[in-house]
Amino acid sequence: MKRVVITGAGTINALGHSVPETLEAMREGRCGIGELEFRDVERLAIRIGGQVRGFEAEGRFNRQQMSLYDRFTQFTLTATKEAIEQSGLEFHGELSAKSGVVLGTAGGGVSTWDENYRSVYEEGKNRVHPFVVPKLMNNAAASHVSMEHNLKGPSFTVSTACASSNHAMAQAFSMVRSGMAPVMITGGSESMLCFGGVKAWEGLRVMSKDACRPFSANRNGMVQGEGAGVFVFEEYEHARARGAEILCEVSGFAMSSDASDIVMPSKQGAARAMAGALADARINPGEVGYINAHGTGTAANDKTECAAVADVFGPHADSLMISSTKSMHGHLIGGTGAVELLACIMALRDGVIAPTIGYEEPDPECALDVVPNVAREARVDVALSNAFAFGGLNAVLALRKV
Amino acid sequence: MSISDRVIAIIAEQAVLEPSDVSPESTLEDLGIDSLGLVESIFAIEEEFDISIPFNANEPTQSDFDISNVAAIIAGIEKLVAEKV
Repeated sequence: MKRVVITGAGTINALGHSVPETLEAMREGRCGIGELEFRDVERLAIRIGGQVRGFEAEGRFNRQQMSLYDRFTQFTLTATKEAIEQSGLEFHGELSAKSGVVLGTAGGGVSTWDENYRSVYEEGKNRVHPFVVPKLMNNAAASHVSMEHNLKGPSFTVSTACASSNHAMAQAFSMVRSGMAPVMITGGSESMLCFGGVKAWEGLRVMSKDACRPFSANRNGMVQGEGAGVFVFEEYEHARARGAEILCEVSGFAMSSDASDIVMPSKQGAARAMAGALADARINPGEVGYINAHGTGTAANDKTECAAVADVFGPHADSLMISSTKSMHGHLIGGTGAVELLACIMALRDGVIAPTIGYEEPDPECALDVVPNVAREARVDVALSNAFAFGGLNAVLALRKV
Repeated sequence: MSISDRVIAIIAEQAVLEPSDVSPESTLEDLGIDSLGLVESIFAIEEEFDISIPFNANEPTQSDFDISNVAAIIAGIEKLVAEKV
């Protein structure tokens, strides 16, 4: 089995248009959540979100590209460019033939669906633009990344709601670890912040109207975000041979299915995924210094997740740090695990733990060190990144300092 | 603008050319318009004239609509516009 390292990272989200901007915001505990701005927002009960601001597709993409790129694809391509540039890789010949793209998204081109439904239902038009299908399909982003960067190996899209990115990165990791691919581009993207996208979430009545406060006793729900996170997963010897900068090692993962409820999380399912990732990575639970929590800020998730951590880590649960950066960038749904992996990289590489902001009142059911409100300096050798999706599908990645 | 000028303007925009570079004899291939560009042009023309063009991308040559060159396209559009009134 090969070792797998991360040699490039890119992102765009409510905290910044690049990895350095995002990590700076996480270090400062800055909140990217604010008033939503888009058509018909006044008809929503939920009007806050982690919206990407100041991002103009015009100028970045030409007219033909614009007609084919939904916002989730635009985010993906922007983050991918940053990640691949950092890695210094160029894909030609054998490397191009074997390297691929696995990305996560829950909804794909949601704004394309939304705009075109509006046009045919609300405006009564009987004709839509010919590229509606290639623009909205869930694999559009992965396909455009493959075309833009000449990646001809295994490429596809994974869709497991809020765990999509983690499941995608787990696939990419497996492919590099097994020797199938020397390099995989992986991560995820989501762009649901449009009228229909927020209205659908509103229906579930799990959204907060004011803030995302994970683990805090007065938490009152989740807040949506948008954006992308993309990484270059590379075989360790391949990276070393070319003198690449290594951000951290991906050392294992596990996936589990609750097989119980379509929306309610399960402590056992979450615990099996975390324990499985440790076993896969051959990591002793006591080595884990930081967990990037799924931490949605809902009553159900946060207490279930904390109970699962207590089960897996026993007394060590009280000495590790666990934070939810969703308090800052919102819940990026299918893209969330990818953006959150950045907090793990910051912990391992820079020794800075991103805080859980908006934390106001301790909750006895979430009695762990949630790094409240202020970032902390600490040496961390091993980190976990949790994602627990609707549908009971869980994926946890284990990462190690190099 | 005449129907011809309006069609040429749409085709020129699709081909990223000046309208003066699009002649009646030009084929879509000459202008560098591929199959996706063709369906996008047809969409734009339908929107412009509020007509429905009988074109099936699966069998472009079998359609009732002649796309062999710009002049043929213009003639087809003129007919459809006339039928609409």
